[in-house]
Amino acid sequence: MDLRDTPDEEQFRNELSSWLEANVPPELRGHRGGAARYSDDAIRDWSRALYEAGYIGLTWPKEYGGGGKPYSYQAIFLEESARAEAPQHLGVIGLGMAGPTIIALGTEAQKARYLQPLLSADEIWCQGFSEPDAGSDLSAVRTSARLEGSHFVVDGQKVWSSYAHIADWCILVTRSDPDSERHAGLTYLIVDMKAPGVEVRPLRQITGEAEFNEIFFTGVEVPLENVVGDIGGGWQVAMTTLLHERGTLGFALTAALEVMVGKLIELARDRGATPLQRDAIAREWIELQGLRYTAYRSLSALMKTGVPGPEGSILKQQWSEAAQRLTKLALELLGPDAQLLADNAPYAGYWQHMQLRSRGNTIEAGTSEILRNIIAERVLGLPRSR
Amino acid sequence: MDFAFTPEQEELRTQARAFLSAHPDPSWQELAELGWTGVSIAEADGGAGLGFLEEAILFEEMGRALTHAPYWSTVAVMLPALPAELQAEVARGEASWTLAAGPLVPDLDTATRIATIGGDSIWELDGAEREVLQTNDETRPLGVVSGGEAGRKLASSELLPQIRTRSLTALSLEACGVGSRALELAVEYAKEREQFGKPIGTYQAISHPLATTLMELELGRSLALFAAWCIAEDDPRAPIAAAAAKSLCADAAVAACERSIQVHGGIGFTWEHVLHRLYKRALWIQAWEASGAQLRSEIADHLLGGGA
Repeated sequence: MDLRDTPDEEQFRNELSSWLEANVPPELRGHRGGAARYSDDAIRDWSRALYEAGYIGLTWPKEYGGGGKPYSYQAIFLEESARAEAPQHLGVIGLGMAGPTIIALGTEAQKARYLQPLLSADEIWCQGFSEPDAGSDLSAVRTSARLEGSHFVVDGQKVWSSYAHIADWCILVTRSDPDSERHAGLTYLIVDMKAPGVEVRPLRQITGEAEFNEIFFTGVEVPLENVVGDIGGGWQVAMTTLLHERGTLGFALTAALEVMVGKLIELARDRGATPLQRDAIAREWIELQGLRYTAYRSLSALMKTGVPGPEGSILKQQWSEAAQRLTKLALELLGPDAQLLADNAPYAGYWQHMQLRSRGNTIEAGTSEILRNIIAERVLGLPRSR
Repeated sequence: MDFAFTPEQEELRTQARAFLSAHPDPSWQELAELGWTGVSIAEADGGAGLGFLEEAILFEEMGRALTHAPYWSTVAVMLPALPAELQAEVARGEASWTLAAGPLVPDLDTATRIATIGGDSIWELDGAEREVLQTNDETRPLGVVSGGEAGRKLASSELLPQIRTRSLTALSLEACGVGSRALELAVEYAKEREQFGKPIGTYQAISHPLATTLMELELGRSLALFAAWCIAEDDPRAPIAAAAAKSLCADAAVAACERSIQVHGGIGFTWEHVLHRLYKRALWIQAWEASGAQLRSEIADHLLGGGA
């Protein structure tokens, strides 16, 4: 057990931190997220700069354009980026979900075609999993893929799809066998978002911004070479995607929470806090430390086994509730000022935005209820609840 | 960056779990023969020359087993205050210690020697009368000492903050052990006990609170292990890390026991079931040294500056 960086890790951290200091454009620093993070050309330029400096795909195999480094480097990258308040690379879905799935289960032709432009943010990916009637129960998907000669014809609707309005490609879970039920008869496709028959409609959310979208597919032709894994084996491929979603995610979440706790402490110093509020702030700080060191433990396990464990669910679940508690605490410290928007909002509306956005944290990427099921069944070994 | 135990450390845990589950009331000599009283004592003084991380494993396992022995009071609390020749006695199993830092003193039924604080020093207390008081947790009774006089000078009282950090961290680790065992008992019971034709663990009203318990204990364990690592490495973050750990771990252990009692239903409320003993140790830990609220107030002072 040694929580210090190795000499190589330390050198990497120092170089990265200086690079971020010198290169994060001031107008993007402290970027609060939201819809602006998609529409701004500066974010794409920033993503390319990260790629060209070698900081994207750090843990991916070298033959696919990655850095071939241990997972600890990705953790350091996430920590230092959060500390520098640098914006995220635009290809979140590609880097965290589509890319690792293609590396694990894709054909050599797919790897050669998709991975490099994904890393460089020349092509953006979105995820087509959830449907109006298939949310937590992904096995209820109805979007159909009908085999016609050398291609599938896709019809159906997906929803809650971040980045779809700027995406070039979609990882899509479809029902390819119309007589199948639940986990059988699903096929995982890579779909060209510019193909005829694909329509994207942005959904305006609780914050007023449109971060996610509905996608409608009407007779969209998808060539057979765009199947990932086996025809009818889409469930296993989708599970691979979700496993990677929670891999080093814990570090990204913890690093983002650290920035938020720092701002909360600043706010309490600016505005004062009652003894009970001080107690609540201390609680959130303690929770953050607990999350950070749990992420370290989880990373150490990942580096030994190479496969993310179910602990990722613990981090995501505890982080989401912490984000909700601490943003509400910030609103309490702000008092009625927290009700003001636009130019009158304190701290440029940061806390109002973050508080509303945090309500999504316990819903997206696995609801708290589903995560508790996962922990109960896969970690504790309790019987299935359904 | 490596936050995992070594195979040797994991082996110590396996050995400790097996021994302690068979010996809830071990003699100090038995613990010495296993090499556990001298884990961090220098090899020249008869110890193993290891460190606080190995002791951390034993604190956690002794909490889980509700071991009735003055291990925390000797090893976590008193060891840094003992000169080398007295540490050698501890390693040989000839002496165990408790510190009379306030009116209530733990482990007077088992510790062979008592230390006290006077002026700027920590002293051995000679010839004191001991009275062991009836205590909620029978495996760690509190008592009072009267009379006696200061004997050997052991150390400067400047060590007291360091002793407190070690004590808080060891109690956090014990709490993790207590809470984990209470959770395991609940999980086993929820798998076997059937009502309405199904194991009760099928119902989310049962399984979700147990999932929450696991998450709280995992966060607590991460905090406690970080504090232990800070102590082992003389890292200046140790005092705050220990306060954070004790504040969260004690509450998590108490909640784990309470949820486990609830999941067990009537049987969990009986004297014959082990749960009430785990619960009483968790409540003891929560009450000792500093409450969660006190510790959070110290952390708030550290983060925000003193007094609102």
